[in-house]
Amino acid sequence: MRKQIVILGGGTGGTMIANRLRKRLASSDADIHVVDRDNRHVYQPGLLFVPFGLADPDEIVRPRRRQLHRGIEFHEDEVESVVLDRDRVLLAGGHELAYDVLVVASGARLLPEETPGMTGPGWGERVSTFYDLEGAVRTRELLDRFDGGRLVVDITDMPIKCPVAPIEFVFLADWYLRERGIRDRTEIVLATPLDGCFTKPIASKHLTHLLGEKGIDVEVEFSAGEVDGIGGVLTSYDGRTIDFDLLVTVPLHGGAAFVGRSVGLGDALDFVPADPHTLQATARPNVFVLGDATDLPSSKAGSVTHFEAELLDRNIERALAGRELEAGFDGHANCFIETGFHKALLIDFNYETEPVPGRFPTALGPLPLLHESQLNHLGKLFFQWIYWHALLPGRDLPLVGPNMPTAGKQLAGVAEGG
Amino acid sequence: MTDVVTETVAVDAEGFLLDPSQWDHELAERIAHEAGIPLLTDRHWLVVEFMRERFLTSGTAPSIRSLGKESGVPVKELYELFPKGPAKLAAKIGGIPKPRGCI
Repeated sequence: MRKQIVILGGGTGGTMIANRLRKRLASSDADIHVVDRDNRHVYQPGLLFVPFGLADPDEIVRPRRRQLHRGIEFHEDEVESVVLDRDRVLLAGGHELAYDVLVVASGARLLPEETPGMTGPGWGERVSTFYDLEGAVRTRELLDRFDGGRLVVDITDMPIKCPVAPIEFVFLADWYLRERGIRDRTEIVLATPLDGCFTKPIASKHLTHLLGEKGIDVEVEFSAGEVDGIGGVLTSYDGRTIDFDLLVTVPLHGGAAFVGRSVGLGDALDFVPADPHTLQATARPNVFVLGDATDLPSSKAGSVTHFEAELLDRNIERALAGRELEAGFDGHANCFIETGFHKALLIDFNYETEPVPGRFPTALGPLPLLHESQLNHLGKLFFQWIYWHALLPGRDLPLVGPNMPTAGKQLAGVAEGG
Repeated sequence: MTDVVTETVAVDAEGFLLDPSQWDHELAERIAHEAGIPLLTDRHWLVVEFMRERFLTSGTAPSIRSLGKESGVPVKELYELFPKGPAKLAAKIGGIPKPRGCI
């Protein structure tokens, strides 16, 4: 009997793991199924650029099906639920898929309606988000007709996808408003529930300095509890208010809705608890979790998903053969941070080591860490090509392995963790 | 910091206990007092003990939203009980490390 591998989600993680497994496992040994509700694969890092006219929607969307290698069956259907006790996935169309191994790669879901008032009057007019394609396009229209005043970017609560994206957004907004000649009559405010602009202290210090240089205000420990989209007021749970002319919000995130409908699979936010080093779900030994869908204390970012996938294909092969799993994932993340004016920073870190200055991937570079450079900006732009042509097809990247390199990092005196 | 808490147990730079096993109810009340909460009510204790229990069983403290969804205390009330950062303050009073905040 051929083994049945069912992968829920045809985004970054689902596509990568399907293609990697198809290369590893003979068609006579395993069938691979990928389920997603639609056939539109969005290159999510591109969403940041859409509001500023630096990317067009059609440049960052491709058909999901076409990113999958031959020999992978794509099911365009909504997942109703996973029945862990019967090793089955129920699809909304009435179909059932039985699995030997299940991979949950269904990402994170935006929940703007969970914040009172956010999607009420003013949503799409004075309140918007760039965290999905529709929102990014709308934000572009709103920025186009923005004529000065107070622009507020708000992180409602953690966890969010790509925690550096809101910081990048205010950097790019600063650049964009200067280009348009209206920066001097615009205040830019970044409001965050964290006690700094970023969770990791050294990077937070560098980024805070840059924000200050660009005249961007940061309101820390601000947990948005309510939005008045007509009056233009954002109110925190502890009663502080921030007035806005345009609010670009990063809404609450949760896991996929079907996780909540699947008994025993997810946590209170519908993320799926998993072992931080093997990616095996806490719920069952034959269930694995990849990317933004996990509850792990790693970044919800494509780079993390990529490093996870480089381990997960081996672990799934081990699970199928009844062998012990490899506890090989170290929480590695690697992110370019666009800072405007054709420059970017690069950060590289894992569960234990916070981002520090230095060079990447080796002591000789070529990329500087935590330091603005044009080379990092070019790296960020070139990454889209790498994404479609190397990462999704499941090729390993030269010089960038799953585990965090230490050779080029200035680690002396850095406390563990963060 | 030269307050009564740091004189009796080891804490980190922000005042979080380094060893959760050194915690007891009396210490919790002292930490709360120093953080500006004069009296811990039943609702405070419910949250503090929920946080602590979760940390000791799972190794991580819940975020403010999970706390709101699972402890039965709504987020708005959490902010009334523990002003500014409920998850952080409840963790400090509960003698567990500062929540890392997923990034």
